[in-house]
Amino acid sequence: MLEKALKGSPKYYMWVGYLLLLIGGTSGAYVNQLMEGLTITGMSRDVSWGFYIAQFTYLVGLAASGVMIVLPYYFHHYKKFKDLVIFGEFMAIAAVVMCLGFIVVDIGQPQRMLNVLIFSTPNSVLFWDMVVLNGYLILNVLVGWTCLECDRQRLPHPKWTKVLAYTSIVWAFSIHTVTAFLYQGLPGRHYWLTAILAARFLASAFCSGPAILLLVILLTEKVTTFKAGAEAIATLAKIITYAMCVNVFFFALEVFTAFYSNQPGHMHSIVYLFKGLEGHSELVPFMWTAAFLGLGSLALLIPPKLRDNLKLLPWSLAILVIATWIDKGLGLLIGGFNPTPFETITPYWPTGKELLVSLMIYGTGALVVTILFKVATEVKQEIGASQKPAAELAAE
Amino acid sequence: MNHTRRNFLKFMGVAAAGLCAASAGSALAVSGAGSSIKEPANAANAKRWGMIIDTQKCGTKEAIEALSKACHSVHNVPDIPGNQNVKWIWAAKFSEAFDQHNNYMDEAHETCQYVLLCNHCTNPPCVRVCPTKATYKRADGIVAMDYHRCIGCRYCMAGCPYGARSFNFMDPRKYLDPSKLNKEFPTRMRGVVEKCNFCVERLAHGKQPACVEASNGGLVFGDLGDANSEIRKLLREHYTIRRKPSHGTEPGVYYII
Amino acid sequence: MKLYNGGKIITGLVIFLGVFLAPFAYNAGKAAYTQPKLKMPENEKECIESKEFMRTKHMQLLNDWRDWALRDGKRVYVNSKGKEFEMSLQKTCMKCHTNKAEFCDKCHNDAAVSPYCWDCHIQPEGLKK
Repeated sequence: MLEKALKGSPKYYMWVGYLLLLIGGTSGAYVNQLMEGLTITGMSRDVSWGFYIAQFTYLVGLAASGVMIVLPYYFHHYKKFKDLVIFGEFMAIAAVVMCLGFIVVDIGQPQRMLNVLIFSTPNSVLFWDMVVLNGYLILNVLVGWTCLECDRQRLPHPKWTKVLAYTSIVWAFSIHTVTAFLYQGLPGRHYWLTAILAARFLASAFCSGPAILLLVILLTEKVTTFKAGAEAIATLAKIITYAMCVNVFFFALEVFTAFYSNQPGHMHSIVYLFKGLEGHSELVPFMWTAAFLGLGSLALLIPPKLRDNLKLLPWSLAILVIATWIDKGLGLLIGGFNPTPFETITPYWPTGKELLVSLMIYGTGALVVTILFKVATEVKQEIGASQKPAAELAAE
Repeated sequence: MNHTRRNFLKFMGVAAAGLCAASAGSALAVSGAGSSIKEPANAANAKRWGMIIDTQKCGTKEAIEALSKACHSVHNVPDIPGNQNVKWIWAAKFSEAFDQHNNYMDEAHETCQYVLLCNHCTNPPCVRVCPTKATYKRADGIVAMDYHRCIGCRYCMAGCPYGARSFNFMDPRKYLDPSKLNKEFPTRMRGVVEKCNFCVERLAHGKQPACVEASNGGLVFGDLGDANSEIRKLLREHYTIRRKPSHGTEPGVYYII
Repeated sequence: MKLYNGGKIITGLVIFLGVFLAPFAYNAGKAAYTQPKLKMPENEKECIESKEFMRTKHMQLLNDWRDWALRDGKRVYVNSKGKEFEMSLQKTCMKCHTNKAEFCDKCHNDAAVSPYCWDCHIQPEGLKK
């Protein structure tokens, strides 16, 4: 089926060429990092994880989010999601590829990476994260590819794909839970040391992930003959809305616990993020932006009239994505490391090179999504599943 | 045999598998013919190594910097400016060292400086989180590191509640004076984490840790598992505290306040 | 038996063989490999184990030494003749082999291997700025 990714319109070639150029260009920054070390990043002795690990965490959420389509389809036989399932699975593949990429660029000795297997250490959560992420990748590749191939040949899906799909649903919850365990099992990092962190991770994943997926699907509709059903989109938007409500609620629980109990350790990180501490207020404008956009997205998503407005929906989703990204992609890591173990503040901001390396990985993810979605939409077109009506096509 | 593509591929598959098995078998030889290993005869041993720091005797910036100098020169620790620095033992204020906030502190303690180093915890979170066992706890309580194995994931740095660990963001040799190196000890390389090792290489030769030697009695090192040791005697005679006891890590470094 | 797409397959095979055999062609006519001359210690005739053992197994030995010394605290190696050595690259090996460039590097360069020992360990010649 991969040959379908080799033939396309000039626009398709230009987009792929652009991505390849982007990856090639930005990989220079990574080569520079390999030669110089992680000193080219903004990380320090006190803030020893930064933008890379934050992106990794955010993208594990995107990987897990495909389950919001797969679960209703397989567990509740919600047929309207039938033609969306493959996109959820393919998005998960791209997301896991990016996750692994961000881990690789973050470690100081990437050539020793396989030590995690050679000297496998089950008491380290990082070991389990490696297991669940790679397992999830394999599950999605196997199920997604096989089912699509069967669809193309108009054959029923083999029984084992159903078993693996059920497994992947449970597995999706595990990948983000284990990723949260990376953080919440550490003593002395008060912003992370909370039982609700895994639940918060899942809630933010299940709103932001499907939001990104839906945005990409809406974009796919623009450039291909594929058309997701209106009801499927409405249902997905509903799922996103519920998950975002839970996400905001969970954060409010954190705030209550910290401030009503008046525990300095629990309060300090939140105070640093939203008000500034010891003269440092680097993140304050970002965190308030996130708060306003988060609540704003709810205001646009909760009323059914606004949510079902397809002109407005992409904007609501976009601000939701920005809000959750600031929360998880900036605040989580920087707020976790500040205050430092010495009750001081060490500001962190990614450097230009750090952002270029991140762009390289995002570019790779975009390329994987492009190629997989190209294959999927071509197959859907071939078998005539979820296609735009002829009249609409003619109008284009 | 039918000359079909199927048969050809089958044959090639079996041949390839055979080749792999043959080459794997030959790599199973082991090293060390008729040899044995043992501990050095003059090694200092303990059930549980620990340290006690008398903050009255060793409480000024200058006094502690002498300790850092002794340690850092023995272990080839570079002096890197900025916040990507590396340090094994250093000085800090009371509020940075201990999470026991107090108002209206007496001047002596307010201005006093405290020696900070790896606590060599009984329950070290760094060992718990390391995905490769590059950091590990020895039977004598020393939390040690194998720099050969460290992949530089820095999970241990996130795990340590004491900020005892440093990462080599760059090649440390750029900040070392080649003429002043200790040629009996290695440097580190870029991309690995490092920290205090309680001078495990000196204990193997019966010597005290470098900082203890340089402290004029301000630091005492010994066996916490031996009720008759000097360190246990000092612990009996003085009120001591440890850093952040609420984390349950059970530090092996005690402070006489 | 009929060969489908024969032309393409044969062309592909020819290109593959060409690339595969290129190193042989490149080295054809050159002198045969000779073992490099190593600078041996002047005051010491015997290494910790036999010459053959050291030549073929020094990497496994160093690998074991590291784990024994660092993890088990057993820092003394008693060789097959009962003689004792401290397990230390810098303090034992390089005390006799006082020149890395004239000893280690000779074979390593020829074999195109670059062990990362010297990223951390200090060679007897010292470091250059």
